[in-house]
Amino acid sequence: MEHAVIFIPIIPLVSALFLISFGKKLGEPLSGWIATLAVGGSFVASVITWIGVLGSHGIDRTFIQHLFTWLPVGSFQVQMAFQADPLSVTMALFVSGVSTLIHLYSIEYMHGDKDFPKFFIYLNLFVASMLILVLGANLLITFLGWEGVGVCSYFLISFWFERPKAATAGKKAMIVNRIADVGFLMAMFLAFQSIGSLNYSNLISAAPHISHTTLTAIVVLAFVGAMGKSAQFPLFGWLADAMEGPTPVSALIHAATMVTAGVFLMVRLSPLLALAPGAAHFITIIGIITAFVAAAAGTSQNDIKKVLAYSTVSQLGYMFIGVGSGAYVAAIFLMVTHAFYKALLFLSAGSVIHGMNDEQDLKAMGALRALMPMTALAFFVGWMAIAGVPPFAGFFSKGDVLLGAYQQNIFIWLAGVITAGLTSYYMGREFCLAFLGKRRWEEKPKVKKAARSSHAAKEVHPHDPGFKMLGPILLLAGLAVIGGLLNLPFASSLKVLEHWLAPSLGIAPTPLHAASSSVQWVLAVVDAIVALGGGYIAFAIWSKKSKHPELEPVFLQSAWYIDATGNAVVAKSGTRLAEISADVIEPVVIDGAVVGVVNIAKFVGVGLHKIASGFVRREALVIAGGTVILLLAVGIRGGW
Amino acid sequence: MTVSVSWYVILGAILFTIGVVGLLVRRNVLIMLMCIELMLNASNLTFVSFARQHQDVGGQADVFFVLVVAAAEVVVGLAIIVSIFRKRLGATADDLSSMKG
Repeated sequence: MEHAVIFIPIIPLVSALFLISFGKKLGEPLSGWIATLAVGGSFVASVITWIGVLGSHGIDRTFIQHLFTWLPVGSFQVQMAFQADPLSVTMALFVSGVSTLIHLYSIEYMHGDKDFPKFFIYLNLFVASMLILVLGANLLITFLGWEGVGVCSYFLISFWFERPKAATAGKKAMIVNRIADVGFLMAMFLAFQSIGSLNYSNLISAAPHISHTTLTAIVVLAFVGAMGKSAQFPLFGWLADAMEGPTPVSALIHAATMVTAGVFLMVRLSPLLALAPGAAHFITIIGIITAFVAAAAGTSQNDIKKVLAYSTVSQLGYMFIGVGSGAYVAAIFLMVTHAFYKALLFLSAGSVIHGMNDEQDLKAMGALRALMPMTALAFFVGWMAIAGVPPFAGFFSKGDVLLGAYQQNIFIWLAGVITAGLTSYYMGREFCLAFLGKRRWEEKPKVKKAARSSHAAKEVHPHDPGFKMLGPILLLAGLAVIGGLLNLPFASSLKVLEHWLAPSLGIAPTPLHAASSSVQWVLAVVDAIVALGGGYIAFAIWSKKSKHPELEPVFLQSAWYIDATGNAVVAKSGTRLAEISADVIEPVVIDGAVVGVVNIAKFVGVGLHKIASGFVRREALVIAGGTVILLLAVGIRGGW
Repeated sequence: MTVSVSWYVILGAILFTIGVVGLLVRRNVLIMLMCIELMLNASNLTFVSFARQHQDVGGQADVFFVLVVAAAEVVVGLAIIVSIFRKRLGATADDLSSMKG
């Protein structure tokens, strides 16, 4: 049964290749249906693999399918191999599951787009890359998927490349990710140098025998790679700009694929991480900075999708707090539940954008609750889930992460709780601005410069979408409500996810002080109060009035000027360097060298031209004389 | 009296010297071309002689190359001379110094 693992990434890959050849001919909506079926097929394959893996126990639950030797270079042998173990199967299940829903949603969302089949080629490739990433049995295969995900994100973010902003955002995502990828590559080099293999199984078994410094370096470098993909401080700017892509792409990037890759990588390397506490602390600190900074930035955004983007960054920060604190299960738990409610929120936001004819400004919405009741309900569920209101999914998963943080350090826990309050607040603000309050939009069509969809010029009549969009939204809403069932904290037997994942994970260093169950209850109550409190504050402030400039400071709107700082430091100095090259180095140094060579040749030529008399016989005499001298020289040297 | 190899080599040297001196002292372009031919054939003779002495066919093979080059040289040289004679009458080598640097 676990042999089905190979089909998980292959089906969407084959479908993408098929659509490259025949997509245009099949057109809309058939190409979309094929793509959706392919991803659905890989979900089915994931389920079959899962059942297969369930059939064995403990450490036997790791099944590796060797296909062929990819890179045979002397002692460096890289196998094309896929690994089915509890961690990768969990990832494959939710990646393919959520992606199927997003594909289905896209069929309706992308209706009328002139590049409809192309969109689904990219989506399929994206999912295939992500599945290769999670199922790879060694770092290089993961890296293959990692880069595939990177390039597909570039294609999809700048899908509407006629818009200059979309094209720029795509480039930014590409470049920021490449910078971080250097870290991943260095980690692989170091791992190969010190261990001699890139297979996860070898890495994990060799980890206790290599030096502590090397181990820390490997983990930190891999985390640098993860910082790019998972948009950690200070490399998160690209994720906010990635909102220029179509909404299903945002949902796919934020929920199912791409950004979870970094967290996955760190959890995959958790047996190494557990032995490198220094690296773990570094990850925790970056995580908490990211969570807070992004949540604060999220409170002041006016674009319906940008709020969600910063919220994703913040939630990823939480996942890394979990990873750094040794609460690996909590990180994966949060990742899975986050996939449910973030996909839900994005798809609902897409439904709003769709209904409002491509309007994304929260300040130009309002009072949509009556017109789009199902979307409003779904968004409300998403808000409750991400805020961590019991009994929604986020309450349990975020609670687990915060418990892990509490066991490490109470200040990290405190920062996490404050951020949780902010989370509830900014999501509440978004909900109130979009669905409650006064109506701030007109029915007259707004002429947009780069509107591509066919309905751009029609009047605005907000409405709930059709079943292809609403179905996935409602299904995800259901999952966002009950997602907590995966890992209930009340009894050991209810911690399903924890027992299931245990064989794949490293054993965290013993917590400083294990929290007693009464402490756990107190923490849970604090979480719930903070979540409800943040939500209530948002409701009280934003449900009546839509303008509170004092609560939206400019430095939060521009996300702590991190992009501007990067611009000043990297772009400005780079431009200055280019100018110096153009104005000084090129004319003086390079031209100087070239002209110098010319001048030498000229000087020598002017000196020597007098020798050339033009008289044939004189030159013949010179040749003859030269020959005689040469022969004499040879003769004398030869001892004659 | 046997004719040893050294005779041939000496003959080659004499021919070569005649060619060199002829090239240097005569002004008629045609004669100079013939002197070059003389030098080439003198070296051919030397090649063959040494090839015989060392029982090495390589020297004889070289002669063929020299012959081919000589033929090509004559073709080009004569063509140049013909085109010069078309422009001016009775030109000598010393009049043709337009390549002066």
